[in-house]
Amino acid sequence: MIDQSFHYEGVTGHPRLPGRDIKFSINDVNVYYGPKHALKNVGLDIASREVTAFIGPSGCGKSTFLRSLNRMNDLIDGCRVEGQVLIEGEDIYAPEVDVVELRARVGMVFQKPNPFPKSIYENVAYGPRIHGIARSRDELDGIVQSSLERAGLWKEVRDRLDAPGTGLSGGQQQRLCIARAIAVSPEVILMDEPCSALDPIATAKVEELIDELSGNYTIIIVTHSMQQAARVSQRTAFFHLGYLIECEQTDVIFMNPQHPLTQGYITGRFG
Amino acid sequence: MKLPKARVSRPRSPPEVEGADSENGRPDRREAFSRKEPGPRKPRFPEASRGKDSAVSRFIAFSFHCGLFLVIPASVLIFGVKARMDTLILICVILGLAAVMYRMGMARALRVGDGTRPLHSTPVYHGLYVALWCVIPSLAFLLLWLMFEPAIVRGLVLASLPDSVLSGPDGQPLSAQRIQLIYTEIGNVANGLVPVDSPAALMEASAYKDRLHLLGNRGTWAACLAIALGGTAWALSRITPVLRTRNKVESVFRAFILMCSGLAILTTLGIVLSLVFESLRFFAHVSVTDFLFGLHWSPQTATGPDVSKSFGAVPLFAGTFLIAGIALVVAVPIGLMSAIYMSEYAHPRFRAVAKPLLEVLAGIPTVVYGFFAALAIAPLFRSLGEQLGLDVSSESALAAGVVMGVMIVPFVSSLSDDVISAVPRSLREGSLGLGATKSETIRRVVIPAALPGIVGGVLLAASRAIGETMIVVMAAGMAARLTANPFEAVTTVTVQIVTLLVGDQEFDSPKTLAAFALGLVLFCLTLIMNIVALYVVRKYREQYD
Repeated sequence: MIDQSFHYEGVTGHPRLPGRDIKFSINDVNVYYGPKHALKNVGLDIASREVTAFIGPSGCGKSTFLRSLNRMNDLIDGCRVEGQVLIEGEDIYAPEVDVVELRARVGMVFQKPNPFPKSIYENVAYGPRIHGIARSRDELDGIVQSSLERAGLWKEVRDRLDAPGTGLSGGQQQRLCIARAIAVSPEVILMDEPCSALDPIATAKVEELIDELSGNYTIIIVTHSMQQAARVSQRTAFFHLGYLIECEQTDVIFMNPQHPLTQGYITGRFG
Repeated sequence: MKLPKARVSRPRSPPEVEGADSENGRPDRREAFSRKEPGPRKPRFPEASRGKDSAVSRFIAFSFHCGLFLVIPASVLIFGVKARMDTLILICVILGLAAVMYRMGMARALRVGDGTRPLHSTPVYHGLYVALWCVIPSLAFLLLWLMFEPAIVRGLVLASLPDSVLSGPDGQPLSAQRIQLIYTEIGNVANGLVPVDSPAALMEASAYKDRLHLLGNRGTWAACLAIALGGTAWALSRITPVLRTRNKVESVFRAFILMCSGLAILTTLGIVLSLVFESLRFFAHVSVTDFLFGLHWSPQTATGPDVSKSFGAVPLFAGTFLIAGIALVVAVPIGLMSAIYMSEYAHPRFRAVAKPLLEVLAGIPTVVYGFFAALAIAPLFRSLGEQLGLDVSSESALAAGVVMGVMIVPFVSSLSDDVISAVPRSLREGSLGLGATKSETIRRVVIPAALPGIVGGVLLAASRAIGETMIVVMAAGMAARLTANPFEAVTTVTVQIVTLLVGDQEFDSPKTLAAFALGLVLFCLTLIMNIVALYVVRKYREQYD
């Protein structure tokens, strides 16, 4: 039996990655939803160009933490973030930071595929148009094509770029959303349970895609499936009740977890 | 099909629970009439047990029932002799009777449910069944009687008249119109409006008509009450434990709601048909092409052979669309922008106050808008126009259109607000997550996604603007002028319909009939707009599902 009333604070310290290329460095982040203290003293480093997975039971704060990395929490009424989130040394919560620019650097893919009710082409071209990335129509076409190719969707949709994006299957829609995110060439892609609305075959395709993308992008994925975390990620962070419990190499977390809570969760004793 | 299922699906309480419940003094309702063993002392049903508890209350109820049975027919005889009795009172009496019969039906159901068999339906349904048998046949009879009474009385009265009255001086029978005139005169005499020179035969006939009415009235009372009591008695006699009153009451309810919806449809149909037939009469005088494409509208001067040339409706429709267009130009931007502000930017507390305030605009009577337009806005535009060197008429399409636009702002804003709020949050987040700003998200994602719904709202507002009368009467004038200049006085279809029908008019001249033709065309236009709006709104619904 695991004592869940255990006092977690400072259990593992803040997992740092000395000597690695660090994308995010997070120090003592606290998130509040009104009076609710959703995330408590979280600190860790996230390495560039690899996949980091956040796992943990529902309500543990992993999605909240993900959304605080590109300030999507700003959109929620009554949400307050304290602490430091450094992206390549710059604090994203500093007053002079342009949220729009930040979100162009840190893209996001959501739990439910949310293509705009526009054509497939317009979905992908949306970001480049907004940021004025393409100077000509040809350039825009090129960006759309390469984004769709990198998302593994080009072959399936190249004949019907004018068809509505909402007419694709669930898995295709999610890959379209990934294409849409990489069209603005972000440095980081945040994925909030990207496969939870997909069937196993579509999930496999998206996982394959994540694997391919990890060479060029820093990917942070929140998932409910421990198998998925084990399959796609190089590092895994385990959250519980708003605390970061453990953050380690994925094989260490799954083979040799240090903390009894992590052990209990990955062996299915709670969660 | 349904019946055995319903019976099976009704769960029986387990016996131990039944016992426990009865001992607590809270007899389970289901147990009361589905109980199998005859328990001599257990109360079968709360209503019944109450009656048993108090002999006094039982006696009061009994004498009340008897009293009704005796008093009502007696009162018919006593009062009916003296004067006509109101049909409304009869309906009230029947309904009161039904309330009593409801209790009797329930009591009867409890009595026949002797415990050997379960009741098919709860006692409430038996009560309703009896009450319905009390009400429906008698009211149906009353309705039929009220429909046919005038014809019957007329026939009898005319038959009683001597031939000398019904034939002219040359011995030929009078025309139907003359006979109708005579009958009207008889009615006038009967109502106390006695012309000085009415012949004795007419006086006699009117007295006969009075007697017939009184007789018919008393007969109706007696017959309705007899039918009500007879129906009740029959229903009461039919009550057995296996009578499926629940299903019967259910089907009566179904028939009732079917009638209600049928009535609404028939009313619409009736309005359309009356429009169509009156319009056909109009088009017998005026050619359709002259009406639909003629450029000259002056029904007041329509005389002579070229009557057709005075009924060109184009200026009216042009005026209507000019004013409605101005109204939309005012209402759509204001309504849409306020909807966007309310749903995307406003603080919830501000929204909670501002949204109802905005919707108050829709509740202001159009007459008030009318004098606001005529007394405040039109002079304002006129003086503004003078300063700018423009010639603005004191009754201008602009004033009417602007005020009408203010009136329909809530239509646009309220509906747009709803559809904008219905755009899924995930779409907004998707856009913001790509680094779009809030206004970019609204312009490029939210509005396009909500556009079909917004168009639907705008079309509904446009139908409203086209049908509006009062503001135009007061602020835009009556002059049918074919112009696109918003500073001039114009008139609209609805205003002309009003002026054609107001005052003493013969109802078969082209002038009044034109109103129906205008109404028909207007109806078709707004119908088409509403169909388009509904189609667009339905299409919008499919967007995200």
